[in-house]
Amino acid sequence: VSTYGANGLAALGDPTRRTIFERLADGPLAVGELARDLPVSRPAVSQHLKVLKDAGLVIDRAEGTRRLYQLDPAGVEAMRAYFDAFWNHALVAFKAAAEGEVQ
Amino acid sequence: MTEQATVASVRASILVRATPEHAFETFTDMTAWWPRKEHQLSEKPLAGVIIEPRAGGRWFERDVDGGECDWGFVTAWEPPARVLLAWHLGPDWKFNPDPAKATEIEVRFTPQDDGTLVELEHRGFEVHGPAGARMRDEVAGGGGWGRILEERYVPAANARR
Repeated sequence: VSTYGANGLAALGDPTRRTIFERLADGPLAVGELARDLPVSRPAVSQHLKVLKDAGLVIDRAEGTRRLYQLDPAGVEAMRAYFDAFWNHALVAFKAAAEGEVQ
Repeated sequence: MTEQATVASVRASILVRATPEHAFETFTDMTAWWPRKEHQLSEKPLAGVIIEPRAGGRWFERDVDGGECDWGFVTAWEPPARVLLAWHLGPDWKFNPDPAKATEIEVRFTPQDDGTLVELEHRGFEVHGPAGARMRDEVAGGGGWGRILEERYVPAANARR
């Protein structure tokens, strides 16, 4: 099972949630705006948003009387941070393999 | 969130006591060293991590049942000096065939007196980020990797030391 994105991948396994996620990639939206274009009820959209939020894919914020949902902007920096740690770790394994075969 | 055109590259390097030819061959034979289990898409054990040895070749994982998941493509194949790979998995860990949504990994192999210096640069994260020229005016990408990193990757990496 993948370390990276395990929660996110599971959260995106549902087609409606994937649609919501892709819709939010175009910019922040309120629940009502999302529900308008989807064949599910507003409470159902709220429930899907909660799952996406719990998976760390989506964040919400209040803007006036509205609550806007958007993709987590930390995702890109987190992706970078992930690879920063990963490549350093992976190159050590690579070195062991490269030098082990030489012997 | 301030707008930014680029996200800093990830750079890593290591000195290997081997010739550039051997270092290149080992690096591109990822089955030999890729940290699997934690760094794969399939839920089944992997049989291999394969890079097809040519520009345009596929980069993919194959599980024990023969199932394949694409990771990206080879964009330059220049043994023993350099290989350029396109990573087509986004912050959501879904494969996206669009080259404009891929990040780039360049690996250079430079001979030294006592071996080969292997320098890796993983760049272009801004394609998934806010406010790139190609991007929308608001945040894009997503992921929640920070928490996963802290909870699972770091302990796993530490445990292997």
